Amino acid sequence: MPFYRAHVLVCCGNTCEMRGGRALLQLLTEQVQQSGLADEIRVVETGCLGVSDHGPAMVVYPEGIIYAGVQRSDIAEIVSEHLLKGRVVQRLVYTGPQAPPVEPEARVSYFGKQRKIVLKNCGVINPRSIQEYIAVGGYEALGKALTQMTPMQTVEEIKDSGLRGRGGAAFPTGLKWEFVADAPGTERVVVCNADEGEPGNFKDRLILEGDPHKVLEAMVISGYAVGARRGYVYIRGEYRQSVDNFENAIAEARQMGLLGENIFDSGFAFDIFVYKGAGAYVCGEETALIESLEGHRGEPRLKPPFPVTHGLWGMPTLVNNVETLANVPSIIQEGADWYRSIGTEQSKGTKIFSPCGDVLTPGVIEVPYGITVREVLYDIAGGPRGAADIKGVMVGGPSGIVIGQESFDRAFAFEDLSPGAGALIVFDETRCIVDIVANVAQFFAHESCGQCVPCREGGRRLLDILNGWTKGVGVASELDLVDSLGVGLRMASRCGLGQFAPVALLSSMELFREEFQSHVLDRHCPTGVCDMTSAVTDEQEQLSWLR
Amino acid sequence: MAVEKTCCASAEEEKAVRTALEAFEPVRTNLIPMLHAVQETLGQIPGWAMEEVAETLNVPVAEVWGTASFYTMFDLQSRAKHIIRLCESPPCHITGAAGILDAIQEELGIGPGEVTPDGVFGLELVSCFGVCGVAPAMIVDHEVHGNLRPEMVPQLLQKYREQ
Repeated sequence: MPFYRAHVLVCCGNTCEMRGGRALLQLLTEQVQQSGLADEIRVVETGCLGVSDHGPAMVVYPEGIIYAGVQRSDIAEIVSEHLLKGRVVQRLVYTGPQAPPVEPEARVSYFGKQRKIVLKNCGVINPRSIQEYIAVGGYEALGKALTQMTPMQTVEEIKDSGLRGRGGAAFPTGLKWEFVADAPGTERVVVCNADEGEPGNFKDRLILEGDPHKVLEAMVISGYAVGARRGYVYIRGEYRQSVDNFENAIAEARQMGLLGENIFDSGFAFDIFVYKGAGAYVCGEETALIESLEGHRGEPRLKPPFPVTHGLWGMPTLVNNVETLANVPSIIQEGADWYRSIGTEQSKGTKIFSPCGDVLTPGVIEVPYGITVREVLYDIAGGPRGAADIKGVMVGGPSGIVIGQESFDRAFAFEDLSPGAGALIVFDETRCIVDIVANVAQFFAHESCGQCVPCREGGRRLLDILNGWTKGVGVASELDLVDSLGVGLRMASRCGLGQFAPVALLSSMELFREEFQSHVLDRHCPTGVCDMTSAVTDEQEQLSWLR
Repeated sequence: MAVEKTCCASAEEEKAVRTALEAFEPVRTNLIPMLHAVQETLGQIPGWAMEEVAETLNVPVAEVWGTASFYTMFDLQSRAKHIIRLCESPPCHITGAAGILDAIQEELGIGPGEVTPDGVFGLELVSCFGVCGVAPAMIVDHEVHGNLRPEMVPQLLQKYREQ
C-alpha cells in the first residue's frame, strides 16, 4: 500500500455536491497530478463533514484543516500553497461560528462539544470503498458477533447497552430484537427504515451517504441476532445518493463474502436488498413501510399485532432506524459497559441532531445525551442567525412539541426532554407562531394517507381553522374547538401521523397563548407576518360557504 | 381476457416499457420498483403503462392505479419539461419559502400545480426532501438548489430554459 504524506478529503455529500463539490474533486485531482504530487497526496471523495451550510468543503489531513466555501479558482492556491509548500490558506479555513481562526479540527468549538460514534467515519473515509471502512475497524464487530458470540449473547449485549430507537419512538432496541428472536415462525426478516421524511431531519441521509457500510454491518449483526436470512433497506426515493452508495456497499460486501453464504466461516447466511420509496411521508411509519415493501399503498396497519410478530408477509420483522443501527457495531466491538458510560441514567449513548431554520450554523451534529438545549443551539449551532433572538424550537420536527426560551436549560434525554428523531427547527422572534403551526397543519393535511377519518377530516378542519386565524377571520369559539379536535386526533387516529399532528399546535398554544388570542380575538398579528387585510373578502366567502 | 390498451403509446414506447418490466420477477412486491422503471423510461406513468404493469403482475389495473397515485414521485400525466419542486415544510417555510414562491410565480406567471403555456416549466409544492441545512430549497428535475433568495430565481430558471 503506497504511503501518502497527506490526504485531502473532498465532501461530495448532497449539499456540497449541489454547490460543485464533485467538480472540485475532479479539478483538485487533476492539479495534484499536474504538480507531480500524485504519489504524495491522495485526493478522495468523502461524505458530509458537518459544515453543510458552508460548502463546498474539504479537509486536509494530517493537519485536519477544514476549508469551506471553496471555489474553483481557489484550488490552484490550495495546491501550490498548502499541498506543495505546507502553508495553510488562512482565508478559506473553516473555524466554526464563534471560534478563533485556524485551529485543528478537535479544538474548533463547533466540534468541541460533539462526540462522534455514529458519525465517526463520515467525512473521514471514502464511503464507496469497503477497504477504507475495514481499515478503520469496519466489520470487526460482525466478525466478533459471528465467531465469538451466540445470537442470544448478541441480543443481550444490545439490551445491556441501553440503546433505544433513534427514529423518534425511543423503544428499547435490545428488547425489540428479543421479541423478534422469540417470535414463533420459521422465517424472519430485518428492515432498515431509511424513509427519513420528518421535516428538519437529514441525519440518516448523512449516515447513508457518508458511511453506508456501518449500517450494512449492523443489519447483518441484527439478522444474526434475531435469526433472519434477509434484510431490506427502505430508502426514500428522493435520496438518490444514499441509494447509490448503499447499493455500491452491498455489491462490495457481496464480493468480499460479507454478504451471502457462510459469512466469516460461521455457517450464517444473509443478504440485503435496497427498496426505493416513492414519496410518501407516512411510509416512515413501520407498518405503512411494510405495506409499501409488499407493493401496496402505504397505509398503516392497526397495531397490535406488531411487526415483531406479524410484519413483512406476516413474518416476524425487525424494523430499526438507520441511526439506531449505526450504533450497533460500536456496541458489539467496545461492549455494553463502554456504551453505558456515555449519556445519562436513562439515555445511553449519543444522539444526532440537525439544527436548522434560524440558526447560524445549520447542519448535523452528534452529542452525548444530557446536553442542554442551550448548549446545542448557542454553543454548537452558533445561536440565532439574525439580530433577533431565538423564540422557540420545534423538537424532533413538526410532529414534536414546541418549546420556548424557558426550556432551554432542559437536557435532551428521555427522562427530561425527548429529542424525537433529532430535528431542531429553530425560529426567531420575528416569526409568527400561528403562521408556523398553520404550515405544520398544511403538512399533515397533505401527508395524511386518508385511511382513517380522524386524521383525514380532523387534520383538514384544523388547517382550515388555522388558515382562518392567519387571515384574521378566526372566531373565539375556535380556540376551544382546536383543543377538542386535537384531542380527537390524538386519541382516535390509526397511526402516529394523526396522533402527533396536533402536538406542535397544542404545545405552542400553551406557550404563546397571547399571540394566538391576538390573532383570533383582536385580528392582529403581533409580528406582522400574517396578512390580515384579506379578512373581509375571505370572511364573506366563508360565510357564504357556511350558508 | 385481453383488454384493449388505452390510447396512445407509440410502438417504441411500448417496447421500451416491456423491456424495462422484463427485468423484474413478476411478484407484487416489485410493483413499486416497476413503476419507478416506467417513470424512468417515459418520464411519467400513463394509463396504458399501468395496464402493462397490471397484466405483468396479474393484478387489477385499479390496484396499480391506486398504488401509483398514492406516491408523489410518480407522475400520472405528461407534464412540463422541467418540474420545479419547491419545499414548503416548516424549515423552508421559516427561512422564506413563501418569498421564493412569489419570485417563481412572478417569473413564470404560474401557481402551484400549474404548467407554463409553453410547457417548459411546471411548479409543485412538496414536503421536506432532507436538505434543511440549506433551506429554503427546491429541486428542479433531479437537481437540488439551496440557500435560495428571491433575487436568485430568474437567473436560476434561465439556465433550464436554455437546456
